[in-house]
Amino acid sequence: MQPIIAFFASIGRVLITALGAIGRVTVFASTTLSRAVRPPYYPARLFEQLMQIGWFSLPVVGMTAIFSGAALAQQTFTAGSRFNATSTVPAIVVLGIVRELGPVLVGLMVAGRVSSAMAAELGTMRVTEQLDALTTLRTDPYRYLIAPRLIAALIAIPLMVLIANAIGIFGGYFVAVYKLDFNAIGYLQTTRQFLTATDLQMALVKSAFFGFFIALMGCYHGFKAQGGAAGVGRATTDAVVSAFILILLSNMIITLVAFG
Amino acid sequence: MASEPKIILNDVGKAFGSNRVLDGVDLMIERGESMVIIGQSGSGKSVMLKCILGLIRPDRGEIRVDGEDLASMSTRDLERARAKFGMLFQGSALFDSLPIWRNVTFALTQGRMRDAANMRRIATENLERVGLDAKILDLRPSELSGGMQKRVALARAIAPRPEIIFFDEPTTGLDPIRADVINDLIVELVEELGVTALTITHDMASARKIAHRVAMLYQGRIVWTGPRDRLYDSGNPYVDQFVQGRAEGPIT
Repeated sequence: MQPIIAFFASIGRVLITALGAIGRVTVFASTTLSRAVRPPYYPARLFEQLMQIGWFSLPVVGMTAIFSGAALAQQTFTAGSRFNATSTVPAIVVLGIVRELGPVLVGLMVAGRVSSAMAAELGTMRVTEQLDALTTLRTDPYRYLIAPRLIAALIAIPLMVLIANAIGIFGGYFVAVYKLDFNAIGYLQTTRQFLTATDLQMALVKSAFFGFFIALMGCYHGFKAQGGAAGVGRATTDAVVSAFILILLSNMIITLVAFG
Repeated sequence: MASEPKIILNDVGKAFGSNRVLDGVDLMIERGESMVIIGQSGSGKSVMLKCILGLIRPDRGEIRVDGEDLASMSTRDLERARAKFGMLFQGSALFDSLPIWRNVTFALTQGRMRDAANMRRIATENLERVGLDAKILDLRPSELSGGMQKRVALARAIAPRPEIIFFDEPTTGLDPIRADVINDLIVELVEELGVTALTITHDMASARKIAHRVAMLYQGRIVWTGPRDRLYDSGNPYVDQFVQGRAEGPIT
């Protein structure tokens, strides 16, 4: 009996810990949202975060998109040539990029860049008492620090995914036309034909979720950091790992629901 | 009654898990008084301070400031009540992304950029009050020495003219001369601005200089309160051991 009870006990403990974490994150997110709708607002902070999350991530996002699009075109061509289906290259590139690779890769890249930076910055502010100082200076850290980050990520990530989609399709086009001898006009026509508004909407919905999780994980773990430099390090790792998992999990759920 | 006490703590308790950090703290601080709380590291001094500031909610007890109980207030009322408080943090806690002048005027602008010329003037005035020069207005906190950071943090705490200022180990990490500069500033502020001051420290030289009255916190309770002059003949074994810094005694 003993090992069986121990087994169930350990499952129970994991479950309780997980539920506790979900509860704490939910409380954190709803506190931020309920405070964000009431003044004071911080438009300058929002702009600053839009620059940080969006503008400064563009080089990374652009490179990710172009490399992935190019590789995808080559792979599709190689696989398709075995059964005379190389003409599917433009269709698979455009759908693969817009529906899956664009949002997921951008989400993961930006999570690596942004969630970690947010967790490190807020975590340092926590352990050096700067967050307490904000409160004693009559400024709400949720409105001043968290809300601008969440809102900026919600706006910036979908925009970046649109840009990445365009660059990714261009990467595929580039390889197809200049290396695999596709007809340029024909390639673009097929691309246009397979690209639907629904796919773009889906990409935007996914990326809005990803943006929310990226900022939420960065802020939550930074905000709750404790225990000096080591604590900030832990918070940064936790932020990136949990953002990755939430992105991949939500991507799977949305895909299964939408296309299932 | 001529004047009721500015701050009253009545049976304040706070536990983290099974660790009872505050176990029924009773304390009274008069208007315009400088009270110093002494006690070992980990005796709950910081937690007590954070409870009064409303950064931590106590589990039980009352914290009355001007007769209003902060412990049972809504978040919004607490925000309003905090306008009376200024706080000097142990590590200064300056915002390292902002220049000195925006740090000093933070409570007035709440982090927004407005009325820059006027704010720079206010920052200069407050920096002068703590003996610093307007030359540092545009520097970042990391470009200053620890002692100067402390003084900037003090200027930031007094800029909105609070009625009560809390000092968390104001002299820790400073050399004895710099520490004494801070002590002088605290004495000056209490006298000139008429503020009520609550300081926590384990620096006895500092306590002797800035306190009107001293209270000792031990194992989550106030074990002794008395005027500064009685600190060295308190007749209390805990206080005796602490002020003389002996390893043997009732405190282990």
